[in-house]
Formats: sequence, C-alpha cells, structure tokens
Amino acid sequence: MSKKRFTLPNWAAYLINAALFAAFIIGGNAVLSSGALPSFITKVAMLIGIQVIAAVSLNISTGYLGQLPLGHAGFMAVGAYASAIFMTRTGIPAQLAFPLGIVIGAAVAGLFGVLIGIPALRLKGDYLAIITLGFGEIIRVVLLNIDSVLGFKLTNGAAGLQGIPKTTTFVNAWLMVGLTCFLIHTFMKSRHGRAVLSIRENEIAAESCGINITYYKTLAFSLSAAFAGAAGALYAGYLGILNPSNFGFMKSIEILVMVVLGGMGSMAGSIVAAIVLTAAPEALRAFDDYRMIVYSLLLIATMIFKPSGLLGRYDFSMKRIIEKCVNGELFASFRRGRGKGAEEA
Amino acid sequence: MSVFTTIIKQLINGLQSGSIYALVALGYSMVYGIIMLLNFAHGDVIMVGAYIAWMMMARFAANPIIALIAAVIGCTVLGVLIEKAAYKPLRQSPRISLLITAIGVSYFLENVAQLVFGANAHVIPTFIDDTPIQLGQIAIPTTALITVIVAGISMVALNVLVKKTRMGKAMRAVSEDAGAAQLMGININNTISFTFAVGSALAGIGSVLYCCAYPKATPTMGSMLGLKAFVAAVLGGIGSIPGAMAGGFAIGIAEALVSSAGLSEWKDGVVFAILIVVLLVKPTGLMGRPMTEKV
Repeated sequence: MSKKRFTLPNWAAYLINAALFAAFIIGGNAVLSSGALPSFITKVAMLIGIQVIAAVSLNISTGYLGQLPLGHAGFMAVGAYASAIFMTRTGIPAQLAFPLGIVIGAAVAGLFGVLIGIPALRLKGDYLAIITLGFGEIIRVVLLNIDSVLGFKLTNGAAGLQGIPKTTTFVNAWLMVGLTCFLIHTFMKSRHGRAVLSIRENEIAAESCGINITYYKTLAFSLSAAFAGAAGALYAGYLGILNPSNFGFMKSIEILVMVVLGGMGSMAGSIVAAIVLTAAPEALRAFDDYRMIVYSLLLIATMIFKPSGLLGRYDFSMKRIIEKCVNGELFASFRRGRGKGAEEA
Repeated sequence: MSVFTTIIKQLINGLQSGSIYALVALGYSMVYGIIMLLNFAHGDVIMVGAYIAWMMMARFAANPIIALIAAVIGCTVLGVLIEKAAYKPLRQSPRISLLITAIGVSYFLENVAQLVFGANAHVIPTFIDDTPIQLGQIAIPTTALITVIVAGISMVALNVLVKKTRMGKAMRAVSEDAGAAQLMGININNTISFTFAVGSALAGIGSVLYCCAYPKATPTMGSMLGLKAFVAAVLGGIGSIPGAMAGGFAIGIAEALVSSAGLSEWKDGVVFAILIVVLLVKPTGLMGRPMTEKV
C-alpha cells in the first residue's frame, strides 16, 4: 500500500468528542425535561452518572495501578459529607455552593487518599484490599459516632445529615462525568499515566527504570479518591439526606463489581458496566423479588465465562473508529481482531 | 459489683464471641491457604446454617442436637456445592475474577434467603437452660460455657485432622505448593473440596453457637459476622490455623472490652483499627508466613 494512511489530528478528535458529548447532554436533557418519560427515569439517569464517576475513578487504582482497594465507598462518604457540610453551613446560594462543594468534596477525599494511601500502599495484593476495607469501615464508624463524642453538630450520626439542597441534575451530573473521563484520559496519556501503567505491569522493573513507585502509587490512589469524592458530592446533592450506612462495605463492593465486570483497565468498560448494573436493577423492578438473584447469577456467569470482564482492556476511541472508517478497514480490523483473540485463547 | 468482676464478666463475653469468630475465621483462613481466595460467601454460609437450625427447631420441633447436626451437614453440603459450581470453573482465572464470583455467591445466598424466608428476623427458640453457674461472685452464663467448650473441641478435632490424617497432609501439601502436590499424586480438586467441606462444617457449628448468643436469623446476619471473622483471620495471619484461633479470640475480647468501656458504637471501628495497626507493623498477621519477593 503506497497511499498514506489517513490520521485524524488530535484537536479534531477532541472537537468531535466534545461535540458528540454536548449533543448527548443537550439531547438527553431535552428528552428528560420534555416530560415524555416518567420522572423516575431522570433520577435513574442522575444515579447512573454518579455511579459512572465512582466506577471510572476506582478504575484508576484497580485497572491502571493494578491494586485492589475495597474502601472506595469511604472516599465517596468523605466527599459527600465534606460538600454537604459546606453547602448547608455556609450561606452561599446553592448555584455557587454546589460546584464549590464538588471541588471541596474532591479535595478533602483526595487528601484522605494521600493520608490513607501512604500507609496502605506499603502492602500488596490481598493485604492492601483488607487494609483499605478497614479504613473504609473506620470512616463509616467515625461519621456515625463523631457527633456523640465531640459534641459537634457535624454529621448528625445515624439520624442522617438532612436538608442538603437537591442540586444534582442530569446536566451537572453528566457534565461531571465528561470532565472526570476527560481528566483521567489525559492523565493516563501523560508520562505520569504511563508511569502508573508501568507499575501495574511490573513493579520491580518500573522501579529499576527510575520510577518513584511510592509517589506514583500515592498519586494514582489519591486521584482515584478525589474523583470518588466528587461522585460523593453529587450523591449528596442527589439524595438530599446522607446517612453513613449509605457508604458501607457493600457500596465499595458494588463499585468494584462494576469495574471488574466492565474489564479492569478499560474506561469504556467501567462506564458500560456502571450503566448496565445501575439500570438493570431498576428495569427489573417488575420482578422485584427475583431481580437481585438474577443480578448475582449474571455476575457469577460473567466471571465464569468471561473472566477478563466484558471489554477486557479494550478502550473505546472515536478517533480510531473515524480513522478506520475513512481508511475502509473497519471490518477488516474486526475480523483480524477476532482472529487474534482466538489465537490468544 | 466491683470493677474486677465486671472485667471478668466482659472477658467471658469476649471469649464467647471470640470462639465464634475463631470458628468462622478458620474457614476463611483454610480456604485462603489453599486457593488464595477471600471467600466472601463464607459469612452467608453461616446465615444458611442459622436458618436451618431455626427451621429444624421452630418448624419441626427437633431436638437441639439434631438441629445442630442438620445445620452442620447443611453447611458442609452447601460449601462443597458452592466450590464445585462457582469456584472450580475458575481455577485458572485471575484471582480477582474468583473474588468477584465469591461476592456474587454471597449476594445470591442472601437474596435467596430473603426470598424464601422473608426479610424479617426469625427468632430461634432458646434451647439451652440459661441459668448461670455461680463461681463465687462471678456468674458464668451456660451458653458462654457451652460455646467455648464446643469451639475448643472443634478446634482440637481440626488440629488432629490437619496434623494426623492423610487428608490433612494433602491439605497442607496443596497449600504449600499445588503443582508439586499434584506431581506427588494428590488429587487437588478433591482436596480443595474437602477443605471447603471442613471450613463450612466449622461455619455450621459457629452458626448454631451464634444462635445461642443472639437467637435471630436474618438474611444479612452473615455479612458483618463474616467480615469480623475475616478480620480475625487476617489478624492472626491468613492461611495459619492457630493464627485464626488467636485472631478470633483477640477480636472477641477487644470488642467486649470496648463495649464495657461504654463505647459500644465504636467497637467496629476499634476492630478495624487493630487490624490496620497489626498489618502495618507485621503485614502478614501475627502468625502468618513471611512474604518473600522474588525478582
């Protein structure tokens, strides 16, 4: 082939993606606010957005860094409470307080990520999983009891923190999804992201190439925590009332399931799995008693028949698809891809 | 009552819950030792055991001993079934898939129990005459005594099984090096199934003892109990049998002491704080094998 292969310049790719995303937000908002759909669909769409952020953020430390933290809900709780306390205590109008609250939630959760990450990341594998589980549970217990001990009116304990303005909407939740995915994507394409990936592939080799393992592990971990905090802040604005029991061990597991089911290290996989696993229980409401049984069976079956998750490490790229379309190799690569997969198996 | 008797009383409570944790922790530890799986479904096996005990006693008015035997058999069969159906197809898969499968099994058991028995708690009739035994000033509840004795007997039996029998030898060999054990003619699949059977049988005993102390069966009772027992297993050094026992007692006694200091809301937090401190100081737990890193 002598003809030069067509490649899309980066700026054009970003422009196309931004346009598609804007179309999705505007279109989605128009459909949801037109009243054609029952109102709970809007709530589900918001919840999906929050879950997507949580899953994509956990994917940093699980998929890209290759660790297995089980305390992700703890960071969500920190972000949710930080932003909720900020929004209810300061007299700033909600339109301004909410974006600030998200930033504060993310910052506080990121700080917790550093504080927890430094000791926890000294451990590996299952021990890391267990210690983060421990930290997550401690965060929950502290949120539950801090008022009764210190006499503050801070978290309101088991009664729940009430009166949070319900400021989360479809538009701001999904704008945050877009921002999160964009930031994580650019981070992972930078040299820092490459360093994180190299730690996943082989820690010792990475270290001997001069990568500061502790620094990059803590960086990735706290980044993951910070985005979880942002998801938590949106969750606070979605629920309007926060209770520590919302952020138990099972919440961490729920997020982890999304990441693993989607394929660890695949952002598209996390997004698809978060959407499916949040929407499916809602769609199955008609079979109320059986839906969680079906859910658990699906989980087991997926792991038995496709242990690498739905998408493996494949990541969706609009740029690649456009390039393939223009070059007329869309189906050729699909066939080749299948052939390659069969060889590997 | 003097401070001394209060402390003794709390220690007895701690020993009682500690022996239950220890029994459950043994199941976690043995399974981890042999296939490196954090078996999150183990707590739910206890829940099923409690429901079996409740059904035998409340529905069929069976003798407590028969209920105990039924619960143990039920748990054992369930444990082996779970292993065959859900974990065996994943022998060669990455460990994270195995972990997610265990979580799936845990969800499954909880939701089936909720579907069959409903979400409400079922009260299990008390089956032990609960007049405490007086020892000077200290009253020892009968349930505590029976719990500690039964747990002690089970642990001694387990030790004999692991140390003295052929199957125990096979279990130790597989957990040391599965590949080499297979070359020596050990049937790995049977050994793993047997390990699950033993672990689940201990969970069955634990479930009945748990019902003595807290006579209620709910679909989610297993999750927190399982989590604490799991912490106990890690604390003692996961994969180590004496470690699981020591960890169980340590957690039980720590909880009782925290509660007696009037901080019972904090006891979960304290349990996890102890876990974190131990892991940071000695990452493989109190009695775990040291980790070596190969380049």
